[in-house]
Amino acid sequence: MTDKLLFENIDEPGLNTLEVYRRRGGYDTVEPALRRNRDELVNDLKASGLRGRGGAGFSMGTKASFIPQGTMDKYLVCNADESEPGTFKDRELMQKNPHQLIEGLIVAAYAAGANRSFIYIRGEYEQQADILDAAIAEALDAGYLGDNILGTGFSLSLVVHRGAGAYICGEETGLLDSLEGKRGNPRLKPPFPANQGLYQGPTLINNVETLSTIPAILRMGADEYAKIGVAGSSGTKVVSVSGNVMKPGNYEIELGMPSRELIYDVAGGLPPGRDLLLWFPGGSSSPVLTKDDLDVPYDFDSMAKAGSMLGSGAVIVVDDSNEVADVAIKLASFYRHESCGKCTPCREGTNWTVKMLERMRDGLGTPMDLDIMASVQTRIIGNCLCVLGDAMAMPIGSMIEKFRPEFEAYMEARREAVADGAEVAA
Amino acid sequence: MSAGVPRYAGGSRVPGWDDAADLDKEPAGVPDPATTPVPPELRQEIEAHMAKYPDRHSAAIPALAAVQRHHGWCSPEGIAQAAAVMRVTPGYLSAVATFYDMLETEPVGDQTIYVCTNISCSLRGADALLARVREETDGDARFNVRGFECLGACDIAPMASVNNAYLGPIELDEVPDLIAALREGREPLPDKALLRRACADPGATP
Repeated sequence: MTDKLLFENIDEPGLNTLEVYRRRGGYDTVEPALRRNRDELVNDLKASGLRGRGGAGFSMGTKASFIPQGTMDKYLVCNADESEPGTFKDRELMQKNPHQLIEGLIVAAYAAGANRSFIYIRGEYEQQADILDAAIAEALDAGYLGDNILGTGFSLSLVVHRGAGAYICGEETGLLDSLEGKRGNPRLKPPFPANQGLYQGPTLINNVETLSTIPAILRMGADEYAKIGVAGSSGTKVVSVSGNVMKPGNYEIELGMPSRELIYDVAGGLPPGRDLLLWFPGGSSSPVLTKDDLDVPYDFDSMAKAGSMLGSGAVIVVDDSNEVADVAIKLASFYRHESCGKCTPCREGTNWTVKMLERMRDGLGTPMDLDIMASVQTRIIGNCLCVLGDAMAMPIGSMIEKFRPEFEAYMEARREAVADGAEVAA
Repeated sequence: MSAGVPRYAGGSRVPGWDDAADLDKEPAGVPDPATTPVPPELRQEIEAHMAKYPDRHSAAIPALAAVQRHHGWCSPEGIAQAAAVMRVTPGYLSAVATFYDMLETEPVGDQTIYVCTNISCSLRGADALLARVREETDGDARFNVRGFECLGACDIAPMASVNNAYLGPIELDEVPDLIAALREGREPLPDKALLRRACADPGATP
């Protein structure tokens, strides 16, 4: 089974319009789903084995089942903040097939009992947000959104909320604060958003790709969907492959594909004459893997077993023309910039990691620095409200662990180069 | 005090923080609508945003984005106008504006170029691209050129968001044409527009 579920004919002209999407059978799952028993629907989502595509990989159906029953205001928020470096799958899904997302979102909102929903899209995706706005207006006109959808008695409003450039707003509680009109600082958990989320109401938060998959699950049946992929990681996944590969882009693959096939066949492999230095399997926050890990199947559990994570499904390939330390500086500088500053280990840890890496680059590194840097990383992990600090500490820690000789050679080379009068970067 | 760390008057390491706050001054309250004239189209836009949410505070980012479109940046006057419409203090909105990268709290040029300089783009020459764009626009105050964190378009690396339109992959020798197009009001590098790009997955179009 290699058929595309999310990417099927995604380049068909006009697919972003209701007319073309309807002609392909779009929105056909809405009415039957809204006429079903809520618990049955949630059980179906559980049975499909669909795991969240945003990074944490938590069972979507289980998450929906956490939403309490009752008559309070409940919310569904679609996380379209997609800021994880290397990730660009949601952008393509929203831009080319916005109605698929809206269809999945309506069903998920019904499953959670939510009557208000929001798509929190990052501010940089202005073109995609405009496309979503137009699609929502069409869906509203056609009666798929609004009051008493298709005569089922279920009502749902949907608003596209544009962010303004902050990585931390992809973290679910930071996103909620930002959506409430505050600075996007993460909240202490528990209470989890399922109990107390947006405006203190129960809130289901799902990634764009997760919601976009729901129509396909309903169409083929949860049991059929669960047969795709491997045990523990069912279904297909849109993988964003970028960096030093010949054909960077989004590819929809069946989970469990060997990573070697993904990088070397699907994405066209490395530039001629180049060898693999390291790769990130799940965005820049995932611990790095090396050549030795190319035979690991690309699925949630195998990646965890290999000491990394599937994350958002963004593979960044780095070839041997690059220095590990340069990649580390880029990475750490990003997290320093994006740390919201609320928790000390993250705010200070990201800053000191950058300073130490810059010291190495400027020829002033000492062998002790690597140990200090490694210990800084271990002191960040698990000590903050959210995982932004961990997201730097995990890859940097894994780089020091796997590439210590390269770091030492780099420090030595930089020391000599600076002593010989090489310029020190500003 | 260690040598080499620049200090400003009073020993401060941050300029402008030398003067103590006036403790007798009351913090600014919600601006009085009578003394804060708001351009009607701005008021209309902010009120439309407020109507979309159960809580008016949620309109903070859209309101500030509207202020930025209207005034060119989140100026103190613009923030006061938005605060008057939203019935919040200017301090509340300033706190929001300073958090987000895309909200400008200093005057900037009206031609925005964000060059992505994160890992995937820098592996494909983003730093050279940013330097080249800076060189071409040097001294022209109309351009707001920034190196930006991952813009979510690593498939077209190295790329830039030019007035919110994604373009890439951009070759170094295309930069003069890109800048010239912006100066002349043409669409920059139309064949590099992300919106016209097909999906990389060959299975997507059988």
